[in-house]
Amino acid sequence: MTAAQPRRDPLVSMRGITKRFPGVTANENVDLVLRPGEVHVLLGENGAGKSTLVGMLAGLQQPDAGTISIGGRSERIDSPGRALAFGIGTVFQHSMLVPSLSVLDNLALGGSWWRKPDRAGLVARLREMCRDIGIEVDPDVVVGSLSLGERQQVEILRALLRGSQVLILDEATAMLTPKGAEDLGVLMRRLVARGLGVVLITHKLNEAVTYGDRISVLRLGRNVGEIGPTALASLDRKSATDEIVRLMFGVDSRSTTEEASDRRDAHAINTSNPPPVSEEQPESPSPLWRGVRGEGRDALTDAFLCPPTQVFQPSPLTPLHKGEGNSFHASEICAACSAALSVEHLSVDDPLMPLADISLRVAPGEILGIAGIDGNGQKQFAEALAGQRPVRAGTIRLDGHQVGQLDVAARHALGLRYVTDDRLGEGTVAAFPLAINLVLKEIGARPFWVGGWQRSATIDTHARKLVADFDIRTPDIQTPIGKLSGGNIQRALLARELEGPARVVIFAKPTSGLDAQNAQATRRRIRDAAASGVAALLISTDLEELLAVCDRIAVMRQGRIVGVVLNDGMARQCVGEMMSGA
Amino acid sequence: MTTGRVEAPTRREADLYATSSRTILLALAPILVALTLAGALLLALGVDPLTYYGYVLQRGLLSPLGFEGTITRMAPLLLLAASLIVAFQAGIWNLGGDGQFLLGALTAAAAGPPLAAHLPVSAALLLCLIVGAGVGAVWALLPALLRAYQGVNEIITTLMMSFLGVSFANVLVKLVFRDTTTTVPQTRTLPVADRLPRLFDTTVTSGVLIGLVAIVVVQLVITRTAFGLRLRVVGANARAAVHAGLPVPRLVVAAFVISAGLAGLAGAVEILGVEGNVRADWNPAFSLTVVPLVFLARFNGFAAIFFVFLFSVLSIGGESAAHRMGVPSFFNLVIVALVLVLLALAEYLGGRRLSGPVA
Amino acid sequence: MSLFTEPFLTALVLGAVTAGLPLLLAGLGEQMSERAGVLNVGIEGMMLAGAYGGFLVAYRSGSIPLGLFGGATCGGLVAALMALFCVRLALSQIVVGIALTLAAEGLTALLHHVQFSQTYPRLPAAATLPIPLLSAMPVVGPALFDRPLIVYLALACVPALSRLYRETHFGLALQAAGDAPAALDAAGVDVLRTRMAAVLATGVLAGTGGAFMAEIGAGLFVPFMTNGAGFIGIVLAMLARGRPLWVLWGALLFGMCLSLATALQVVGVDIPSDVIQMIPFAAVMAVLVAFGRRASLPAALGVPYRRGER
Repeated sequence: MTAAQPRRDPLVSMRGITKRFPGVTANENVDLVLRPGEVHVLLGENGAGKSTLVGMLAGLQQPDAGTISIGGRSERIDSPGRALAFGIGTVFQHSMLVPSLSVLDNLALGGSWWRKPDRAGLVARLREMCRDIGIEVDPDVVVGSLSLGERQQVEILRALLRGSQVLILDEATAMLTPKGAEDLGVLMRRLVARGLGVVLITHKLNEAVTYGDRISVLRLGRNVGEIGPTALASLDRKSATDEIVRLMFGVDSRSTTEEASDRRDAHAINTSNPPPVSEEQPESPSPLWRGVRGEGRDALTDAFLCPPTQVFQPSPLTPLHKGEGNSFHASEICAACSAALSVEHLSVDDPLMPLADISLRVAPGEILGIAGIDGNGQKQFAEALAGQRPVRAGTIRLDGHQVGQLDVAARHALGLRYVTDDRLGEGTVAAFPLAINLVLKEIGARPFWVGGWQRSATIDTHARKLVADFDIRTPDIQTPIGKLSGGNIQRALLARELEGPARVVIFAKPTSGLDAQNAQATRRRIRDAAASGVAALLISTDLEELLAVCDRIAVMRQGRIVGVVLNDGMARQCVGEMMSGA
Repeated sequence: MTTGRVEAPTRREADLYATSSRTILLALAPILVALTLAGALLLALGVDPLTYYGYVLQRGLLSPLGFEGTITRMAPLLLLAASLIVAFQAGIWNLGGDGQFLLGALTAAAAGPPLAAHLPVSAALLLCLIVGAGVGAVWALLPALLRAYQGVNEIITTLMMSFLGVSFANVLVKLVFRDTTTTVPQTRTLPVADRLPRLFDTTVTSGVLIGLVAIVVVQLVITRTAFGLRLRVVGANARAAVHAGLPVPRLVVAAFVISAGLAGLAGAVEILGVEGNVRADWNPAFSLTVVPLVFLARFNGFAAIFFVFLFSVLSIGGESAAHRMGVPSFFNLVIVALVLVLLALAEYLGGRRLSGPVA
Repeated sequence: MSLFTEPFLTALVLGAVTAGLPLLLAGLGEQMSERAGVLNVGIEGMMLAGAYGGFLVAYRSGSIPLGLFGGATCGGLVAALMALFCVRLALSQIVVGIALTLAAEGLTALLHHVQFSQTYPRLPAAATLPIPLLSAMPVVGPALFDRPLIVYLALACVPALSRLYRETHFGLALQAAGDAPAALDAAGVDVLRTRMAAVLATGVLAGTGGAFMAEIGAGLFVPFMTNGAGFIGIVLAMLARGRPLWVLWGALLFGMCLSLATALQVVGVDIPSDVIQMIPFAAVMAVLVAFGRRASLPAALGVPYRRGER
């Protein structure tokens, strides 16, 4: 962390910003002042209103009230083009580059219409910029072939080439390996050294403490506090974290959230920010769910090295490290007879990320985590298990029976379930009623259909039962599921997949996009399911989550399982290293 | 003022009431505005719109002969509407209805006279209908397979097959099935006695019953059966269909075959009920004009019956008016187009959007 | 083969260019819209509006070039509606496209009926601009090098558009608007304006094509005369996958087939034109069956862009 900078005039200040969407107030009277030479972290859980706030800086949305001043003058940012002209560059969470164009042409986008892009000049400036900030980019390569980290670098370069004074990084580390995130940290330091103001948006506390010179915390669309550079420099890591936790979740979190959830839930309208709907409370006094297992450990200060015996490469079926005091012993887990799910030498074709020779076993009642950076084959693996994509080689056994040749419905009926992370994209049909979505994987099956004819009464009864059991908040069971909040859609998916004779359940990033309370509830469901004897496969990109919930953690990289470890004291270090291929 | 207490409707009833009255408003407003705008056009052409509409109503609805003509016209349109509903609900742009229609018509026209000569009339007719529908379905097989298994955009392929089908039908009329006893190139004419029976003592063909049955069955299958739901899932979210384990390619082919079969059946019904033969270069191009009606009905079969009826009144009445009032029947196309644009606008203003199959 | 006599070949090539040119312009226009992510089903209506408007202006003014200009304007007007409804208001492109086609069919037929009743007055032949030396060549001379100026201009559109797509900011913006509109927006370029410009250009090109068909191809206007040419344009654009030169070859192939029947009649062979008209469609289907696979269409084709929605 740098020492406190001398006071400088703010680059951009937002004052009293309020933004409402139908049924939801995303930002209420928010202030945000961005100064040169600082990494300003905007911290808050999902749905706290961070994205809406920077959306207004980026010109995607207009505030309903409040002012934005740039260089001291009040301005209106009514398009992304205006934002760029004001020197505000944004790197969005999802890549905003044209995949079919080269890096150079992406950088050239936006010049005057009939001109020929000055490619030679641009290359020269690009080279110079790359040298200045210490990264390397091939200007002629097509963006579609770049990794997500490389795309991010190109977007940062683009912002800099446009002369941006403020650089907004929206959840910039979500797609990066630990190493990539570290590199980004170094890059941010270089940028602020050049006098830029960098805004890092994140919901991860440790990132805020690691990278931030100044931290602003948003909760339920409001400012709840800011820690300036001086204060931040004077606090040690632990007390900084405690202070932020206090700000993020507040002492009075119970009353505030409940009130808000009632207000929002009544409308049941889906917005870009899933409203925080929940009755469950954070586990006070330390509301962060982490620490269930990894209690008191902090990887960033830990200097443990991974003992070589801890990592099993590449054969995950090797007898496991004997965990001390762990509820599961290797001998129990690996006995083939007891495995609810056993996968052997599974290979799957895929143009992007083929799977090679994956072998795994999950015992009843066990939670096996699959760690890895997004896009390393987790989705392909889950789909192959669920029966959504063909398998090239290998076997999948459910309770000892081969299921590799069965279709999705048959596997679902046998108890092999898949809770997808793409809830609206594939998990549900947004325009269809909740009741129908709850039987989506049983179309045509008794008792909901008899002789091919729909038994609406049965479907409705079933839906009412699940709505009650899983506490799905909906105005009606006939409400189109797309109108429900993100948390309630996830409850509906969990209801569908956990209901009935579930034996093995694959949870793909089950808490992504959910606020803390809904994430909490989801994790509780996973634990409860495991406690009742379900074998759970938890795919997550969030290491903290895996450490908190799992019995064992497997790591996927490049379409392979590169190792499996017991979730004991060493797991954090080992998994982190395996993820980045160190 | 009413006296006594009125039970406040429950929230759900109120919602339902609001929704349905809103739906009706959203459907009727465009029609009324379109008729008004078209009326202005008539004024510009020097025709009194009230007189014109009055005449259309008289000839299309109120006069017995006109009304019978209207009902007869509905037969192929209902079948085409059913055809499009199946395709659109399954997320398929079947824009090849004209080719499928013509080939179905030609098959029925070619098979009718020889079959009628050797079989009892009812058997001959039934066979003609089946064969007509079958040929229509076969004509869509190539686009169906290409879309289902190769992902080739069906807009291109159905259009191509439609052009191909129209030309092919002409070739067949001129070279293969030509009636050598007449000078104009056309197929042999099916005697009136061998055609689809007329209803009661009118000129209305029983084809309209086939149309009604088809569209009601389609509506029930789509909304009440597992098969219909599967099609709708594929249409609404193909990825969700894969996730739910539906055999998407097979469902796409099935939807295509049913849709094209109904279009072929529409052609056969038109020949067996009304035309009796296919003349060279005959192409009523009904398919594209039914698209707006189906959208107007929001893919609902019962609503489609109403809109098909309305359109038939306009077109039968308009055809009569063309002779009497010097307004050519093309005028109907303008009304339909206006309705369609205004419908889209109404959806926009009403905050909802027309979402057909995703291209 | 005695069939390939000079008069036959001349008639064939001349006919191919005459019949293919409207398809070329329609295909190039559609290609521009599709590049920018707009599936322009209204192109048939734009051609018909161009045909009628072009004919009317030429008939009243006596000037073919003025008529072509009028046709381009009419096509552009229909396209302006398309741009308003489908780009600005984000309504369904296919629904509005079909509506505009039906409206153009109805209106042009109606107006023609009101003005000319059942008569179809002819226009004088367009003045040609022979290119010295080249026009004296057998077969291709009269077919290609002794034609009205518009023929040369239309052909020049092919390399011009290729350059536009590759070598200008606008070209890059078009591609971005079709592939990743949100990215274009983030780069500070107005997506809606880019798409509207593309749709307008489509209308002008298609309108010119329609006007050419009426004024030079046929020399008169007949209701519904485009007879699916716009839809063939859509097919050409989709098959050409973004390359203007491929549109040219496709248009000439279609044009050749359309003119083959006439050319055969010149030498006394009587085959129904329908047989020959089937050839290009059958050929395209055969190509699709053989080389099927996913046509590489722009990712956002047919999807209206609204800021902030993914």
